[in-house]
Parts: sequence; structure tokens; C-alpha cells
Amino acid sequence: MRFLRFLVILAILGAAAGWYLTAPQSLAASDIPERDGDAEHGELVFWAAGCASCHAAEDAEGDARLIMSGGRAFPSDFGTFYAPNISMDPDHGIGGWSEAEFLSAVRNGVSPEGQHYYPAFPYTTYARAGITDLQDLWAFMQTLPADATPSRDHDVGFPFSIRRSLGGWKLLFASDDWVIEGDDLSPQVMRGRYLVESLGHCGECHTPRNALGGLDYANWLAGAPNPSGEGRIPNITPAALTWSASDIANYLRDGFTPEFDSAGGEMAEVILNMAHLPDADRAAIAAYLQALPASE
Amino acid sequence: MRIFSKSLLAAAALTLPLAATVQGAGHGDNPYASHIAARQGYMQILAFNIGVLGGMARGNIDYDAEAAQTAANNLAAMAGVDGRPTWPAGSDNAALGDATRALPAIWEDMGGFGEEWMAYGAAASGMADAAGNGLEALQAAIGPLGGACGSCHRNFRQSDD
Repeated sequence: MRFLRFLVILAILGAAAGWYLTAPQSLAASDIPERDGDAEHGELVFWAAGCASCHAAEDAEGDARLIMSGGRAFPSDFGTFYAPNISMDPDHGIGGWSEAEFLSAVRNGVSPEGQHYYPAFPYTTYARAGITDLQDLWAFMQTLPADATPSRDHDVGFPFSIRRSLGGWKLLFASDDWVIEGDDLSPQVMRGRYLVESLGHCGECHTPRNALGGLDYANWLAGAPNPSGEGRIPNITPAALTWSASDIANYLRDGFTPEFDSAGGEMAEVILNMAHLPDADRAAIAAYLQALPASE
Repeated sequence: MRIFSKSLLAAAALTLPLAATVQGAGHGDNPYASHIAARQGYMQILAFNIGVLGGMARGNIDYDAEAAQTAANNLAAMAGVDGRPTWPAGSDNAALGDATRALPAIWEDMGGFGEEWMAYGAAASGMADAAGNGLEALQAAIGPLGGACGSCHRNFRQSDD
């Protein structure tokens, strides 16, 4: 009888601990510096972070890539995700958000209503971003047009349809540690690491995932099956990417391989973003990629 | 006797379509092999000329106004070639496998595919206006050219794997 009571108490404590551990954690107010975001610098953050690749309408070109109306579908093993409207529309977009709500969404994957976002939104890599960079991004986003397209609900099956379960996913897989560690990296490689591992979220496609959708860091940037089902995303470690640093940097600007074939697929769109960065940033990405351990 | 005629029939049934295909194509079992060869040859002419311009833009080879202008003129002239006969329906990678990277999306959205060609033409004219006017002008025109190539390849060509 006493043993049974012990078991019941243990179960209640376990459930309480689980409930506590999976609770969405917003960014603390004390972590947010009091400063005005710099929209001009925020535009560079916007392109480096590739926001338009998911949140602009399918096939948007030119200035239309600044309209964050959402709607693009992302099929996955867990269901189909639809990019939401993150334009400045107060009803259908995020025009009514505060800066703190925006920062919690991007860095912590937590909505203003206190729910977990699905990690199709790469907040696990944006968690490595500097808060001031994200403040600047917010300042820039507020200069973008409003669009009244309603966001579409994700089409996700049980148990992933229970958003609280994502708290467990975050416990297992979310980390704001650098993948390539070391304080002795050159300033250029460190800048490249920031652009690749944080804002650029390159690992989201170029790194394989485990059965639960967590990144397999042992095979960082070593290539992965294409989530669209066709082909593979290439290995971009020195084991496979043997281009010169200047070839890599130029490819990220004009989209031409060293043989002057052009990028295709999703990467053509990534280059539309990367082309907005200064030359030094593309060179830093190349330096970081060349400093990676070769991974087959 | 019955067994013999049955197997003869089966053999005939197997051979006939094969013979018909070979006769129709003259290129093994791919009826569009010559179309695909023409398309890929066209792309190689583009890549050769873009290589001259891109090599200068990247500083791999010295800028030479005359060579740059020639390459850019070639690209603009290629934009004027009507390649439609080389894109028959059914010559996609869903039907033909590794023989081509042309996606079925081309034939599902022929209008969009045509617009991409027009955009290539505009980028090639832009390059023809710029290439002979110094390295900086050439460098400014190479991005839009790469963008035009990538824009079409993004939706209509199978990615590398």
C-alpha cells in the first residue's frame, strides 16, 4: 500500500517535471539590450538569414521577395508545414508584435501566445545569433509592406500535432553552442562560422537528420537526402567541395560554378539572398567551409 | 507444336515494339537522344562564352574588351535561336531517366518556361551593352546573367545529386 502511494507520487512528480521541462521559455527582458534597432544593418541580417526564401510567395522575384506573405509548402517526414505570413499586417502578419515577442520567436521558437513553433522554422540555429543583430532585423522588418494573406495551418499528424511535445524535442536537440568550437579560429573563419551556423542556417539542409528530425552533428554539412524526396543536398565539407575559396565566394554572388554551370534548385534561391551580402562576408563563408573537417 | 507457336508469339510480341522504337529513333532506346544532344550542345555554347566573361569578372583571366564583347555578342545571338523544336513533349527526366535533367515542369508550365528564356535574352542584351565598356561594367552585368540562368534552373532543371 505504501509502495503504491510511492508510485503514484513518483508518477505525479514525473509528469510535473515533464510539464515544467517542456514549457515554452520566452527570452527574459533582462537579456534584451535597450537600444534602437538599426534597420540598415537589419537588411543585411535579413538577407543573411534567408527570411525571403521561406516567407516570400513561391516564385517571387525582385522586390516581391520583400513581401513576407508566406504560404509556401514544406513537405517533411512529419507532415507538411506552411510558412506563415510575417509581414507587417496587424491581423494576418506580425505587425502587432513587440520587439521582445519577435526576439522570443526567432531565438527561442516561442510564439507571443506562449506556444512552441515547429522547427521547420530554424530557430535552433537562429538561437546562435547576436541579439543586437536580431533587434536590427526587427527594425528592418518593420519597414516592409503589410500583406493580408491569411496564414495556413500546418498539416501535421499525431503526436507532432501536440505542440507541447516540441518542448521535449527542444530539450533533446536545441543547443546554442557552436558546432565548430575553438577560440583560436581566425576572425574571418569566426565570421564565416556565424554566417553558416547561425544566420545562414546552412546545416538545416546540408546536414543529415536522425529519426526524430534532430541534426546529426557528427556529419555536419556532409550532405543529406533532399526533403523534397528527389536527389541529395551536396556535401560541402572539403571531402567533396574542392573549389578554391574565391570560387566558393563568387558562386555565392553570381551563381556560377567554376565550370560556369549555374546553381539550380533551392540553392539558386539561396544565392539571391547571399548576393546582397558584402564581398567580405562571402569570403568569410568560404574560409569557414574550407576550415571544416573533411567528412565523407 | 502448341508450345512452339506460343513461344514464337511471345518472342514476336517482345521484339516488335523494340524494333519499332529502334527504327523510330536510331539512337538506342531513347527516341529524343538527338533533341537532348542539341539542347545540351546549346547550353555548352552558353557556358563557353559565359566562361570567358565570368573568368574576367573573377579576375582569373585579364580583361580584354574585344574578347568580352565577342563572348557577349554570342550570348545575345544565342538568345535569338528558336529552340522550340528541340523540346518535344515527353523528353523529360521522368520519362527518360538520366539521359536528361529537364523536369516535367517544363511541359506543365510552358508559359513560365518561355518567360525564363525571355529573361535570359534580357540579361544577355544587358551583358552585350556592358561587356566592352570596362571590367566594372562587365562585373555588374554578370550577376543578372547568373540570376537568369539560376532562375530557370531552379524550377525546370533537376538539381545536382
